[in-house]
Amino acid sequence: MRRDAEPVSRLHRLLLAGEFVVTAEMQTSDSADPAEIVRDGETLRGAADAVNCTDNSAAHTHVSALAASRLLIEMGIEPVMQFVCRDRNRLALQADLLGAAALGVRNIVCMTGDDVSAGDHPEAKPIYDIDSVHLIRIARIMRDGGTYLSGRPLADPPSFLIGAVENPFAPPRDFRPMRLGTKIEAGAEFIQTQICFNLNAMRIFMARCGELGLLDDVWVLAGVFIPSSARGARYLRDHVPGVDVPASVIERMESAAPERQKEEGIALALDMVDAVRQIPGVSGIHLMTINHEEDIPRVVHAAGLLPRPESSPEPAGPLSGNP
Amino acid sequence: MTNARLDRRPEASAPPATGLHRSLLAVERWTKETLWDCRMCGQCILHSTGLTCPMRCPKNLRNGPCGGTLQDGHCEVVPEMMCVWVEAWERSQRLPLWRDHIEHVERPTDWRLQETSSWENLLSGRDRVDPDGWAAAEHPGAS
Repeated sequence: MRRDAEPVSRLHRLLLAGEFVVTAEMQTSDSADPAEIVRDGETLRGAADAVNCTDNSAAHTHVSALAASRLLIEMGIEPVMQFVCRDRNRLALQADLLGAAALGVRNIVCMTGDDVSAGDHPEAKPIYDIDSVHLIRIARIMRDGGTYLSGRPLADPPSFLIGAVENPFAPPRDFRPMRLGTKIEAGAEFIQTQICFNLNAMRIFMARCGELGLLDDVWVLAGVFIPSSARGARYLRDHVPGVDVPASVIERMESAAPERQKEEGIALALDMVDAVRQIPGVSGIHLMTINHEEDIPRVVHAAGLLPRPESSPEPAGPLSGNP
Repeated sequence: MTNARLDRRPEASAPPATGLHRSLLAVERWTKETLWDCRMCGQCILHSTGLTCPMRCPKNLRNGPCGGTLQDGHCEVVPEMMCVWVEAWERSQRLPLWRDHIEHVERPTDWRLQETSSWENLLSGRDRVDPDGWAAAEHPGAS
């Protein structure tokens, strides 16, 4: 990451300006009709600086992240396109990186991806031709080297803000900051963390990243989940690998009456946002729900993070040429 | 430790080894499969992983753990098995040398080397051939 870089996206521009940024995660739909994606986009308009379009999240098939990203761009909403290594080999990933750039995508996030065994097609052939660090490096090769991984030149290289993910809450925790260092070396400029409930682990992770000198080289967006019910919090604990849900979170949600649990979830997420904002090196938040996108603007509002800078609707992204 | 394991290694594409090469391959296979449950990727990086074969990871990760490691340190895909990278991290820190090699960015896997001898590939340099674009990024300005 270069502090004097020319911004390639609104998210990039806000990060460079030192704004505390807000991204939000949108599950892409299961519909051939774009209406659902458009509706979720409208829900998040003005509340998030950029919206993540998931890539077959939890190893379940959905509308492609590329199509969802383009639909958001046409609405004037900036996408962060997620790329997982589970479903495509290096040829297909590079084709989609370049295709995404041609369709106006400027923010990408590279990750391994949940295993096929966690999804609705456990019998599928998992690909994992390359890993997330390779994908990050390949995106940088295409952008800065102007070639494919093979070395074959691109006619016009893409402009990307290159993102990655990291999970400070999963073992081997001591290794995670160094792994972030590996991702930065590969080309990651920002990361979105796994859902943070365990503030102590987050603080330790960030402190260690600081000691390793990483925080000058990467923007860290802390992942914050908005539980809509005690059941949702338990689901996260029991069915989403790698998420550390402390007993105190479950107890807090259960202590609220069922009709009050949605409000309690918003209050809990707000507490988390307020806490992670105090951690040195945290540059923003990444808000997640399970199919309750309408809660995201409420948390952003309650956190005093509205209005978002530059939130006025923009015309559709250019179909040709890089900014 | 349990016996749970998942073997997702791809089919070999290299022609079968013959003569002396075949004997060497048999020795390597016996040694490394016995000691490390090696998956014969032909481009060994055991020294970077605390002598833990990264191809045992169901996602074939060669640059560190995914985000799905369970809180008890086990694998999300095979919950009976320890995460390969939890083992790799702990064991690499106990090695007298190569301790920092776990931080290296490892090149993408060359799947053509599956079931070939990494010992031969090490001697010939075949296991360290970067794709041209990768090499340019590793050594900017060297082209």
